[in-house]
Amino acid sequence: MANGTIAANGKTFYEEGTTKAKTGLTAWIFSTDHKRIGLMYLSAISIFFSAAVIIALLMRLELIAPGKTIMEPQTYNSLFTLHGVIMIFLFIIPGIPAVFGNFFLPLQIGAKDVSFPRLNLLSFWIYIIGAFLVLLSLALPGGPIDTGWTFYIPYSVRSGTNISLAIFAAFVLGFSSILTGLNFITTVHRLRAPGMSWFKMPLFVWATYATAWIQIIATPVIGITILLVIIERFFGVGIFDPALGGDPILYQHLFWIYSHPAVYIMILPAMGVVSEIIPTFARRTIFGYRAIAMSSLAIAFVGYLVWAHHMFTSGISDAARIIFSLLTFIVALPSGVKVFNWVATMYKGSIDPKPPFLWVMSFIVLFSIGGLTGLVLGSLATDIHLHDTYFVVAHFHYVMFGGTGTIFFAALYYWFPKMFGRLYNTKLANIGVALFFIAFNLLYFPKFILGYMGMPRRYYDYLSEFTSLQLISTIGSWVMAIALIIVIGNIVHGIFRGPKSTSNPWGGVTLEWHTSSPPPLENFHEIPTVTHEPYDFSQLEEMKNE
Amino acid sequence: MDNHQEHDKQHITPYSLYVLIWVALISLTSITVTVAGISLGNYTLAVALFIAAVKSALVINIFMHIKFDQPIFKVFLLLSALTLLVIFILTFFDFTYR
Repeated sequence: MANGTIAANGKTFYEEGTTKAKTGLTAWIFSTDHKRIGLMYLSAISIFFSAAVIIALLMRLELIAPGKTIMEPQTYNSLFTLHGVIMIFLFIIPGIPAVFGNFFLPLQIGAKDVSFPRLNLLSFWIYIIGAFLVLLSLALPGGPIDTGWTFYIPYSVRSGTNISLAIFAAFVLGFSSILTGLNFITTVHRLRAPGMSWFKMPLFVWATYATAWIQIIATPVIGITILLVIIERFFGVGIFDPALGGDPILYQHLFWIYSHPAVYIMILPAMGVVSEIIPTFARRTIFGYRAIAMSSLAIAFVGYLVWAHHMFTSGISDAARIIFSLLTFIVALPSGVKVFNWVATMYKGSIDPKPPFLWVMSFIVLFSIGGLTGLVLGSLATDIHLHDTYFVVAHFHYVMFGGTGTIFFAALYYWFPKMFGRLYNTKLANIGVALFFIAFNLLYFPKFILGYMGMPRRYYDYLSEFTSLQLISTIGSWVMAIALIIVIGNIVHGIFRGPKSTSNPWGGVTLEWHTSSPPPLENFHEIPTVTHEPYDFSQLEEMKNE
Repeated sequence: MDNHQEHDKQHITPYSLYVLIWVALISLTSITVTVAGISLGNYTLAVALFIAAVKSALVINIFMHIKFDQPIFKVFLLLSALTLLVIFILTFFDFTYR
């Protein structure tokens, strides 16, 4: 490996920027440095995540007992919609690619930056504009939207709330996603360091690459669908509304043709992070490198073909239901390939259970529960009983929050020393993971049972027999709040007060660990030449001399 | 890494070809409009989609210069087109048998 530890002038990217202004706000918001852009996404996303968590806590408080507790039904309708819209469009879709993809994709392939740094900054600004439009839709007369994050027709055409503006915000956010995807694909094709062939790329790069393809191909579909809804609302053209001669199921098709692949935009990068963390803390090369890389592409492709499993009870044809149920079972296979390979990687490894590894362990348990209950919903007969119940809510929170959310924290705890050059409190971090895991199951597991018993999702009120399980879930939400305060507080404290970290505290071997912490402006003193497989730990000895 | 030296060699398309393609697009549009007036039953949609496909092929190849560019872009486009085709087919399993 080339010498990558010391930058030409020894300055980190915090001390040297791409803008004329050396410090202050403008040195950040006009910076085209991929690392600064990643950190700006991190700050913005943290704000939206916290807002959506507070909304969720209020909803859980309302559901602590039957009948009205703290809010009116209409407020509740708006809150669950907002919780969904913010979490999906502002946190979990951009989450890992925009923060960690931006920061680490160029580092991991030995590049100075992404292919189009200005486009990268533009996509951040488009994201902020989209977020601003969401906020605007809350404040304007008409009121916050109340349709649920899926904006189903015909209600979304008839509701008097600010639907058009809110979905237009989703349209704008889509452009941010497309531009980021375009940037990543070009970067991976054109800017790999000498010696980094396709099969020497770290698996996080593979996962982000596969995700970028979904971002580019699937996102335009939601864009067109949103425009059609807006046209229908403003001009009364009968595209989806049956009262005007439209087809409401066509809307569901178009919506899920994007939104199901979007689920993989959310989970694939998380799977990439898992493939980074497990080898580092098991001190062992990844088991089945090619299988994991190819399963990312397989998920990206087959993920396009399963969308109608969201619509089994909507009145689609039996032929379609059977085909989509079959395809749903097939898409479980590449996910299974990954899980088995991760577990096999740990076999006979020298495991060091540091906080990032513990996050990954909790991911494997939660994601497996989420994945397996997905098969229950993918079967036609059981889905008819469970459709639109709390079972679905529990399933996707296990997959999305237990999967992607958990890994968002895992990635933060893993790459924290590289991003900030400091360390967090390990003991507190361990407590945070443990409490998170307990709170998570307390909060969401009762929902599986409630759903099975027949509690419908999105309902403001419920029958008295559901009271005790609803109460357990609400208590879980309070424990979760404490866990999140510990987890995030530890990070915030670490950023400002944490002890200085060495450049490679975990003993990682992918390229980001070959440069200093935090990295210099253009990442490496000289572009490294790759001679090793990505997870070849025999190079650790050589790295000590770098 | 790929070497893109040949990138400098710009392909120059004569204006006459652009005009020709434009005329072809206009005629195909008028065919679409005409066919829409004739009752072809189940084939209406197939015919309309076929003409649309021919039109986009012309635009992508000539106007967007994909015909004269590197093969990798064709692979990317074909992949996207294939995905679209599969999405169409799967959607029709619903609409046809509903």
